[in-house]
Amino acid sequence: MDSAGIIVAFWLLSAIAVGSAVGVFLARNLIHAVVLLVLSFVATAGLFVTLSADFIAAAQVLIYAGAIPVLMVFAVMLTPLAGRDNGNSLYVVPGVLLGGAFAVIVAIVAIDAEWGAAGAATLAGQSFETTADAIGDALLGRYVLAFEVASVLLLAALIGAIVLVREDEPA
Amino acid sequence: MSVELAHYLTVGAMIFGVGIAIALAKRNAIAVLMGVELMLNGVNLTFLAFSRFGGAFDAADAPLAGHVFVVFVLTVAAAEAAVALAMAVLIYRRRETVDLDRINLMRW
Repeated sequence: MDSAGIIVAFWLLSAIAVGSAVGVFLARNLIHAVVLLVLSFVATAGLFVTLSADFIAAAQVLIYAGAIPVLMVFAVMLTPLAGRDNGNSLYVVPGVLLGGAFAVIVAIVAIDAEWGAAGAATLAGQSFETTADAIGDALLGRYVLAFEVASVLLLAALIGAIVLVREDEPA
Repeated sequence: MSVELAHYLTVGAMIFGVGIAIALAKRNAIAVLMGVELMLNGVNLTFLAFSRFGGAFDAADAPLAGHVFVVFVLTVAAAEAAVALAMAVLIYRRRETVDLDRINLMRW
């Protein structure tokens, strides 16, 4: 049995996260869509906090709610003649059907499945522990190879992005 | 009344489903990228829910493996956003559009 606070927090954050994600679909203006996307990411960061993921929640706010929307706003501003409208393509009906069917099917399976001890556990049953030190130990210990590969991937992506958008200099 | 694993999985699936709909239905390449980011976000929520309710703090051999996976998803999402938006700007510079229905140079 959880306390009332955690239940209210879960339902409120879930409603904001899913509602503003739907708003990204419905918004007619691309800039409004980016703002709603930030709201959805911040609400998801709150859901991460209810799951005791303090480090991931902070990283989510910094990267998803901070850095990526800035890039998106830049991209929208750098493509002025393309218009600000958030129009739909011919695939709107199949897209909505596929997305809705996926959500409904996974929800039914998740609610019906026997999760054993994991399904019976509630948020109140476990204590809140800080995760940053454990994640740091794991990244530089067990997962150090993947960590190094990720750093090379980031470097390659950033250099690639700079090379792609650089204006050609007159020789 | 309590919040359990299935609730978080349902919310993650709903966010992922909205992301699918946006990625398929939008014409603007930047809007499609927003849908992909929403899909990754729903997956991250699922990872953290399993990590929390599966007793990740007590796992002796691989503690917080779900959290570490989410860190890598965040890294790859940042790299992907940087390259994809650079490509959108580059295509706009050449074709003056980022409308995916009109970028059909390679259509058979």
